[in-house]
Amino acid sequence: MKIDFQHYQAAHCENGVTSNLLKFYGINLSEPMVFGIGSGFFFSHMPFIKLNGIAVTSFRILPGWIFDRVTKRLGIRVKRRKFRNPETAMRELDRMIEQGVPVGMLVGVYQLPYFPTEYRFHFNAHNITVFGKEGDRYQVSDPVMEQVESLSYDELMRVRYAQGTYPPKGRMYYIAEVPAHPDIRPAIIKGIRKTAKDMLTIPVPMFGIKGIRYLARRMKKWPGKFGTKLAAHNLGQVIRMLEEIGTGGAGFRFIYAAFLQESAGILQQPWLNEVSTEMTAAGDMWRDFAVQASRYFKNRGNGNVSYDSLANLLVNIADKEEQIFTKLRNIAM
Amino acid sequence: MLPVEIITLCDMKIEEVPQDKGFLVEGRISDLSYAVDTHGQYVSTQSMGWKPKNEAMTLAWSLVHEKAEEARQKVLEGEWSPLAFYMELKIMDVKILAGYTGIAAWRVRKHLKMKYFKKIKPEILAQYATALEMQAEDMVNLDIIREIKLRNED
Repeated sequence: MKIDFQHYQAAHCENGVTSNLLKFYGINLSEPMVFGIGSGFFFSHMPFIKLNGIAVTSFRILPGWIFDRVTKRLGIRVKRRKFRNPETAMRELDRMIEQGVPVGMLVGVYQLPYFPTEYRFHFNAHNITVFGKEGDRYQVSDPVMEQVESLSYDELMRVRYAQGTYPPKGRMYYIAEVPAHPDIRPAIIKGIRKTAKDMLTIPVPMFGIKGIRYLARRMKKWPGKFGTKLAAHNLGQVIRMLEEIGTGGAGFRFIYAAFLQESAGILQQPWLNEVSTEMTAAGDMWRDFAVQASRYFKNRGNGNVSYDSLANLLVNIADKEEQIFTKLRNIAM
Repeated sequence: MLPVEIITLCDMKIEEVPQDKGFLVEGRISDLSYAVDTHGQYVSTQSMGWKPKNEAMTLAWSLVHEKAEEARQKVLEGEWSPLAFYMELKIMDVKILAGYTGIAAWRVRKHLKMKYFKKIKPEILAQYATALEMQAEDMVNLDIIREIKLRNED
């Protein structure tokens, strides 16, 4: 059974699955539009949450929230399920495919056969769409892949039940009902206002613009606190989160600039084009930061790292993004 | 004097989308990047990788290999078990291994020590081997552990 589903590659898996599913139901939203309407753009640096033993830095909101917000803001009804029993999870998937419903799902990438070995971490928040089954093999639209891939029953079950932090537990989701003519303009406005609010006003130092400055302050202390080598690994983790497969470049900043540009046309508000250009500049600043930081990786932290100068780059970025979101804060129709 | 690879502080243009070969596979998986074309319009384009990102990735894996090397030494000294070594190599921890095998975490922790690992039943060894995607007889073969090449960057 194969559903007439179109696979498109995206930069980021949750954006890609959301966009591809919506397109299947006749709602044509690009990846940048999905990301913007879903208010995916964010920043957080959380020393109390660790990945590979090192503090987590994130450039997007929590997993699943983009899909949730986009569908809610467009009045689309979705169904979410998770299963204790792996065989039941697979049987229910088969049932949806038989009914012609493409299904989004969470998988761990550790045992994903088509991923390069170096990317197979114990990461469990990867999103894919399954849209067909032929014999024992499932047709998979994984947005980070260029073409459609396929997985055997065993392979798919294994990745749906990967172990590690936040195991997927067979989670799957699909669209149950779509409104006839969703108006995306109010959704864009809501999306932008929410992002601006989160970036500017969360009263916790680790989040938003404050979070970037918080990271800058902490970064200066890394060499003293961790020693040269571990400080370099902390830096490396920031760069990986910034550029690891899936942000479209510079921690989603370029995707967001593309969203603002597209929205300028849809909303008929040309001033958004200028803000888009500024967001691109912010993205370039993040990229410059990554280039400066990576100078030290080859030497594993030996050499004259100036965490102070890197921290200053971050402070400039914080100022820049603060200006941008102050402008966007009160956007209206 | 700026290094060549720095992208200048203006719009990232399509022709500047980096193609630094690293870990991605041409024709199969690539980083989709967003950049502006000559008219300043955003388009998406495929990138095969970017040096700073590839270097960060290499750094992360070097830490894994360092830990594995430390484990290798402890195994050859008879203190830690092969389980401890392969656990590092597969970037697992006790919790993940317990999850994949169904063996309680406190038991997994015991089995990381050679003296307890030597006594485990064949069925348990088989469970570990399956979780680590290897043959049980290879797992207990110290020669393999002694000779295995860990990827070493300069």
